[in-house]
Amino acid sequence: MKNYVIIGNGAAAVGAIEGIRSVDKDGGITVVSEEKHHVYSRPLISYLLEGKTDETKMLYRPADFYEKNGAEVLFGEKAVKIDPEAKKVTLESGKELCYDSLCIATGSSPFVPPIEGLETVKNRRSFMTLDDAEALESALTPEYSVLIIGAGLIGLKCAEGILNRCKKITVCDLAPRVLSSILDSDCAAIMQAHLEKLGIEFLLDDTAVKFEENRAVMKSGKVVDFDFLVTAVGVRANSSLIKDCGGEVDRGIVVDERMATSIKDIFAAGDCSETTDITSGIKKVMAIMPLAYIGGHCAGVNMAGGEETLCNALPMNSIGFAGLHCMSAGSYEGELYEEKTEGGVKRLYTENNLLKGFMIIGDIDRAGIYTALIRNKTPLDSLNFELLKKSPSLAPFGREYRVEKLGGEV
Amino acid sequence: MKRVYVNEKWCLGCHLCEYNCAFANSGESDMAKALRKKAIRPNIRIEEDGDINFAVSCRHCKDPICVKSCITGALSIEDGAVKVDHDKCVGCLTCVLVCPYGCIREGESGAVQKCELCLNNSCGEPACVKGCPNRAIVFEER
Ligand SMILES: Cc1cc2nc3c(=O)[nH]c(=O)nc-3n(C[C@H](O)[C@H](O)[C@H](O)COP(=O)(O)OP(=O)(O)OC[C@H]3O[C@@H](n4cnc5c(N)ncnc54)[C@H](O)[C@@H]3O)c2cc1C
Ligand code: SF4
Ligand code: SF4
Repeated sequence: MKNYVIIGNGAAAVGAIEGIRSVDKDGGITVVSEEKHHVYSRPLISYLLEGKTDETKMLYRPADFYEKNGAEVLFGEKAVKIDPEAKKVTLESGKELCYDSLCIATGSSPFVPPIEGLETVKNRRSFMTLDDAEALESALTPEYSVLIIGAGLIGLKCAEGILNRCKKITVCDLAPRVLSSILDSDCAAIMQAHLEKLGIEFLLDDTAVKFEENRAVMKSGKVVDFDFLVTAVGVRANSSLIKDCGGEVDRGIVVDERMATSIKDIFAAGDCSETTDITSGIKKVMAIMPLAYIGGHCAGVNMAGGEETLCNALPMNSIGFAGLHCMSAGSYEGELYEEKTEGGVKRLYTENNLLKGFMIIGDIDRAGIYTALIRNKTPLDSLNFELLKKSPSLAPFGREYRVEKLGGEV
Repeated sequence: MKRVYVNEKWCLGCHLCEYNCAFANSGESDMAKALRKKAIRPNIRIEEDGDINFAVSCRHCKDPICVKSCITGALSIEDGAVKVDHDKCVGCLTCVLVCPYGCIREGESGAVQKCELCLNNSCGEPACVKGCPNRAIVFEER
């Protein structure tokens, strides 16, 4: 009987457990979980603050998940060292775990920027975990002004989550636009205007350079007083376990298409790892739930001796703020097709007969048809792209495609 | 497993399946009351281009990318059928972003909606197929 150890307990770990069990029903699975919670959906921490979910509904898998999958979870335990020779993991508590196959699913940690005087700010938190959300929930009062550093997905989701729990929210970012890693300036401007209507204030192209307790001095010279500070400038892959035992690490743990690291019998998946973005050919950390699960599943299958590869990863995001949805996928390179819709926009990028990426704000219906074109690298001359670019549907595909997809098992 | 399959050349483009779907999932027992003066939001949709018509609903994929991608665990597979837990779903629409066939859509309640083969409503078997006048959609094993 094989012995599997998984470090981390997020979406990637769940993928690994389900992947292992799809091949091996009997092997022992041990999960090392620093967080003391049953696996929950990390993105839901903002929905929790908003009152749109609760601690039961936000569980990523049902309460009996570990039991049904024969996995033992060591809650509140942190892995601190791997010995690949002895195939052994050491925990902070001193406990040791032997493995036949190991998966690193440690996710990422918030990066706290080294800003002068930050340590003088007492009411301060990152926004990554259920504990962070609970800390915010108990700290905030309707009288509070909150300053959020970082106008990326995490900062903005935090702002949406606490909108009705405080008086004022200011979001600052060194970038000149919101969601700068996902959207170009035109699309970002639409989202920003929408968020401003909700009552969120922005200081862009500007950031805090100095803190004095409850006051931030900005690069522009402006002064912002606040009662609570949220730092959301970005995340860093938790890759040190592999780095420390000699494995290959770049911005994240380097893995091949089977999610194997450079060290024998050690796999990695999720936010701690790097995969190739098929739209740019570049290996990078793509910190999204779908990829964490899919990569974890792939790792799990291979750990258990099965065959699975992940070779169609691409960055993508679907986020909404108070009813306005925004989707993006792939790379924004090549020729642009743009369509303005009421209160929204659609931008498709094509290059060398392929769809490379898109941004859509507003009418996102059936956008997955575009994502599939990117993922499958479908040659655009094999279908009626003139029709498809106006509206995603299966009509522009040939009848043969439809007979296959709608007339048989897929 | 039995699924809904499409015989494109027999589709009349009459949209009856859309109405039957909307009714079956309305929770109402009277069709007029369920649908009158309402914009319907069915889980099966007729797509058209010139003289081609065909119905599209969830394929209940064998390895469903929507389930793998769901950020909350609201989508799951039960006896081969892909279903939504409306209580868990937060309407992030990640599943809409990944479904290759455009078969899952924003619902009215904040959660997404999709074909569940009428297994979870009072109909018990796909209402769209039952009402199709020309066998352009069938519910069978293939
Ligand atoms: C506020 C917020 C909103 C988001 N919204 C979206 C969204 O809408 N869509 C989307 O696709 N993605 C979203 N994301 C990103 C998404 O949450 C991550 O991509 C996903 O959680 C990654 O899963 P993972 O399993 O790799 O890591 P994680 O979920 O981070 O899990 C890693 C776990 O490992 C544990 N761990 C780390 N080191 C150790 C150790 N040494 N020993 C033991 N345990 C350890 C950690 O405590 C953690 O519990 C969001 C993230 C945040 C913070
Ligand atoms: S919603 Fe789409 S991806 Fe999911 S099972 Fe149905 S057809 Fe497949
Ligand atoms: S919209 Fe609902 S079902 Fe779809 S991915 Fe988000 S939570 Fe899951």
